[in-house]
Amino acid sequence: MNAAAPNIADSVGVVTPVDVHFDAPLRLKSGATMPQYDLRYETYGTLNAQRSNAILVCHALNASHHVAGWYASDPRDVGWWDNLIGPGKPVDTNRFFVVGVNNLGGCHGSTGPASVNPATGRPWGADFPVVTVDDWVQAQARLATHLGIERFAAVIGGSLGAMQALQWTMTYPDRVGLALVSAGAPKLSAQNIAFNEVARQAITTDPDFHGGNYYEHGVVPRRGLRLARMLGHITYLSDDAMAEKFGRELRGGEFKFGFDVEFEIESYLRYQGDKFSTYFDANTYLRITKALDYFDPALEHGGNLSAALKGAKARYLVVSFTSDWRFSPARSREIVKALLDNRLDVTYAEIDAPHGHDAFLMDDPRYHALIRASMEALPL
Amino acid sequence: MNAALPARSDFSAIAGWIKPGAHVLDVGCGDGSLLRFLKEARGATGYGVDIADDNVLECVKNGVNVIQSDLEAGLSGFDSGSFDCVILSQTLQAMKHTERLLKEILRVGREGIVSFPNFGYWRARLQLIGGHMPVSKELPYQWYDTPNIHLFTLADFEKFCRGHGVRILERVVLAGGQPVTTWPNMLGALAVYRLDRAGGAVPVSA
Repeated sequence: MNAAAPNIADSVGVVTPVDVHFDAPLRLKSGATMPQYDLRYETYGTLNAQRSNAILVCHALNASHHVAGWYASDPRDVGWWDNLIGPGKPVDTNRFFVVGVNNLGGCHGSTGPASVNPATGRPWGADFPVVTVDDWVQAQARLATHLGIERFAAVIGGSLGAMQALQWTMTYPDRVGLALVSAGAPKLSAQNIAFNEVARQAITTDPDFHGGNYYEHGVVPRRGLRLARMLGHITYLSDDAMAEKFGRELRGGEFKFGFDVEFEIESYLRYQGDKFSTYFDANTYLRITKALDYFDPALEHGGNLSAALKGAKARYLVVSFTSDWRFSPARSREIVKALLDNRLDVTYAEIDAPHGHDAFLMDDPRYHALIRASMEALPL
Repeated sequence: MNAALPARSDFSAIAGWIKPGAHVLDVGCGDGSLLRFLKEARGATGYGVDIADDNVLECVKNGVNVIQSDLEAGLSGFDSGSFDCVILSQTLQAMKHTERLLKEILRVGREGIVSFPNFGYWRARLQLIGGHMPVSKELPYQWYDTPNIHLFTLADFEKFCRGHGVRILERVVLAGGQPVTTWPNMLGALAVYRLDRAGGAVPVSA
């Protein structure tokens, strides 16, 4: 184990992803059908004899099934929500059986646009269907059934993951005990969609995009992905957090009167963009942003979210962060209002954290204490 | 049933006015112990509202629903007439916007229950005559660290109600946890009122 390896005592330690193949076709919201598909997942902890202690973790835009622990092959590849999930952590793997899954259309092992389409023997590419939050929830439910989990003690997620948790309580009201809806929104605003569209345009106008079939050309629309990621990062941080972290600091200490990297924030964005473009699939990025845009459970109920939540039975922990301008507290309060209208059990916390949208991934003690208390209160 | 014993002397008076299974909103709910008591004693459902992070956490630990919100901003997140009863237990004296909050309570609830420490209590009066701001079990703070910014008496509150279209349905006055019937404004340390809007509830569309 090298020096960079995480603390073993409160980590689930070395984890190994598992692939499961589904032969039954999945009918998607778009009308398209996935004839067959694989889902890659990880689990931590032990499913109890009553199978009542399972928690599903739904990932957001760029994350995956790798939620906690690390890989033997790369101890620095720590799961994206490792600060929350592990032995003795707020989501305690000594008590719970935690499942992380890469969503359909992803690029971390589950069937996605880069996978081979069995009908053609070539990568799906542009032909991979557009997937939605509903579709993901359906696929996750099939995985749950495969794992022998009839009902999750909790379904948890932040941002796009929060939307999946919320959707779970509507699609499968009897299969969720508690939904953690962190830094979520009931639907995107025009501004949110606008940012997504700029990101998509960056990708689709990259000469290496080739209409989505870049795999065959042996190239990756790296410039587009890079821009998309840079743009995303701006929306994940608050103005204050950016000022605090980077300010107007110059790398070289003085103006160079040129266009190379000068300000630290430029350096940060370029670094994040470069890193992202080496591992993330552009077609997946397009589809995930579309899933965000299309999420609107109230739409089929005349725009009435309260009506959409009518059949829900779960308890809810809704958390927002004051400095999150991407999905502001007002958006979470829309969700809370709809839950109140249905007299559902809900606790809403508005955490005064400076980090912006990214706060849902941080280990703010107030945030983690609330999750811990909510998890401890779950009957198994 | 020790766990369900009321932690504060106004709890049982309040519980006595809550119908079984009522849907209640406890505004300024603190650690949620009143809601928990009402849940256990009356089968009540509902939510607490509080601004403080530590209170929100305590509510979760007490197993009650809580909505973190600034009461001074009103109850705009709650529909008119959406609760059987809205409770303001020993909170009014610490609020800046007294008038607005009372109005909001009777908008959101079909009834309201308000409790507060009586500044007209004889011990308080004596301490003032002695030249000092009152400090007691109900008013446990020093003048420089008190959260209580609006101190008032039973007579003040009842005059306020008359002038603001608030109807007093019932009143319980307590001292040392015991009911007080004679000279309540002099002998009562804590007052609990059941209220509604004179002339009926505010229209739901309002």
